[in-house]
Amino acid sequence: MSYFVLALIKTGIVVGIFMHVLAYLQWIERKVIAHVQLRVGPRRVGPHGLLQPLADVIKLVTKEDLIPSHVNKVFYYMAPFVAVLFALISISVIPFGPQITVWGITTNMSLADPSIGILFILGISGMGVYGVALAGWASNNKYSLMGGLRSSAQMISYELPMALAIAAPLLILNTLNLREIGDMQAGYYWGFIPKWTIFQMPFPQVISFILFMIAAFAETNRIPFDLPEAENELVAGFHTEYSSMKFASFFMAEYANMVTVSAVATLLFLGAWHPILPTTFGSAYIPAIIHILAGVVCFYHASQPARPFDRYTLPVFGVIFMGLGSVFALAAAGPDLVSGIGNAALTDAVSALSQILTPLFWFCGKVLAILFVFIWVRATLPRFRYDQLMSFAWTFMFPAALINLFITGLLVALF
Amino acid sequence: MPPLPTSVPIAWYLTLSAILFSLGVLGFILRRNIITVFMSIELMLNAVNLTFITFSYMLKRVDGHIFSFFVMVVAAAEAAVGLAIILTVFKNRQTLEIDEVSSLKN
Amino acid sequence: MDAILFLVFAAIAVICGINMVVQKHPIASALSLVGVMAALAALYLLLGGEFIAAAQLVVYSGAIMVLFVFVIMLLNAGAEKKSIIRPWGKYFGAPLLLVFFGIMSFVVQRMTPASDGVTFGGFRGAGPREIGQSLFTVYLLPFEVTSILILIAILGAIVLARKEID
Repeated sequence: MSYFVLALIKTGIVVGIFMHVLAYLQWIERKVIAHVQLRVGPRRVGPHGLLQPLADVIKLVTKEDLIPSHVNKVFYYMAPFVAVLFALISISVIPFGPQITVWGITTNMSLADPSIGILFILGISGMGVYGVALAGWASNNKYSLMGGLRSSAQMISYELPMALAIAAPLLILNTLNLREIGDMQAGYYWGFIPKWTIFQMPFPQVISFILFMIAAFAETNRIPFDLPEAENELVAGFHTEYSSMKFASFFMAEYANMVTVSAVATLLFLGAWHPILPTTFGSAYIPAIIHILAGVVCFYHASQPARPFDRYTLPVFGVIFMGLGSVFALAAAGPDLVSGIGNAALTDAVSALSQILTPLFWFCGKVLAILFVFIWVRATLPRFRYDQLMSFAWTFMFPAALINLFITGLLVALF
Repeated sequence: MPPLPTSVPIAWYLTLSAILFSLGVLGFILRRNIITVFMSIELMLNAVNLTFITFSYMLKRVDGHIFSFFVMVVAAAEAAVGLAIILTVFKNRQTLEIDEVSSLKN
Repeated sequence: MDAILFLVFAAIAVICGINMVVQKHPIASALSLVGVMAALAALYLLLGGEFIAAAQLVVYSGAIMVLFVFVIMLLNAGAEKKSIIRPWGKYFGAPLLLVFFGIMSFVVQRMTPASDGVTFGGFRGAGPREIGQSLFTVYLLPFEVTSILILIAILGAIVLARKEID
């Protein structure tokens, strides 16, 4: 198949799914925070509020697009565009799985596979600051300007410890290509401890992982580092003057950045698409078991409905989860089962299913776990003060990352 | 319009570099804002980097890349010091116009 | 394909460069310069310099230009006033520049071999591995000297920008 056709198909799939994930991340965030605070969260639009993102999009699109008279028009229009552009580009180099061969086509489960993938992501995330800085400056408003200034200072300060934290695992993995980074983490110590970078000898990268996560919180402007958009001191900072879809695009950029850094953390530290247990312990069946368990939980709650409507909605989710679980079970056990039948087309289809779905499940599962940590922290921690933020970056993060890098380098050189 | 060549001649890259360098010189001479003048210098450095990389391709050697890497690093150092100087100038004189920073002239 | 890509990115670079010189407001100039740098990074990729393209993005457009934008926003300096061009500059500047550019392109056209052009993937000897090996063997001394230079620059910037201690 032509390279371009294949690339086009992959782009279509990734963009389609990614955009929906971004929309539903908002729903997940609201639900999780609500449950942390003992509320129930959105549940008016659709069952369990599942159509809430759609309603939000319709609301934002049809809202009046106010353009204040005192703004700098060109940059005011450009800023949300720039923010979304640089937030979305990074997804193009993220591999969601290893190199696969399906229906006779060998391809990577990523849109592009450059030899400098991780540097590319660093560079693009560095460019992301222009959107926020420009928005703050073009709004021509004291608070917005403060937000933009804070954002650029914060981004420059935290990019340094982030790059140093990324450098330490790279010393162990010895490559910059993201797919090879994933492949390097295959295998298990003593048959059960996965060779993920946070467990990998000679120096488990736990400190790097923690430093990377802290820096990632700062780079994505999330609580506790959301100083550029602090509501109570800057009246929402850089996007005070924005409304309608322009306002929404800043949120889209923020969620896209979150997904990207979670994917990078998964690739660099959490073993990419490699399961937590070796296949000899039956890890291939874990996705199927998880989904079927979720289905069983749904049916159980439907039998004891907390709200009248649950009697009808929860069984539907139960059936969906059961269906997904059986697809995963087919992916896990299928290749052995259907090889006995001897139907070539069926064998191909089932082998493609198992090659694509299993890595994808582990990769997405880890990314979702990290995204959950992002939301959990948001529901838990208060905001830093600005001087604390800066002194934390320069007097704690930077020396800690340097010492960590030094020790890693020393141990890698010695062993 | 003549058909496009299958491979890009080296001369095109070098000409592009010359254009960018000339633009940098133009900005350096014409503009009166210290920061813009400073940015023109960066543009010239970028143009020189492009020639380094092009010659590196032409000679199939890695050295040009190393040189442009050093240029980048020195440019970073230069930007840090230069912007600190600009901040100090602005603090003392409340202006960024080059022509008004001329107390040594008379 | 190569020629089309080159022309597109070269056009972006030149247009952004012209915009940088023409724009009156420093922030517009800074953003145009970012455009030039991003286009140059793409050209580096075409020339086989993957590492240097990434470094261009990280160092130039991600760090240096953010610093510029930060300072411009911090000083909140408005657009430039009407610039005074002296008569000799007005009548000789542009022609001299054109002559300079003409001579450069002429020399370039004459000196470079016309036969072997640039094709994407024609040179693979400048990946991160090769650059690292060269940097830490042949160019180790310049590398260390540069690191000291950066240290001096950091100290200098702090000394220059700090508040006066009374």
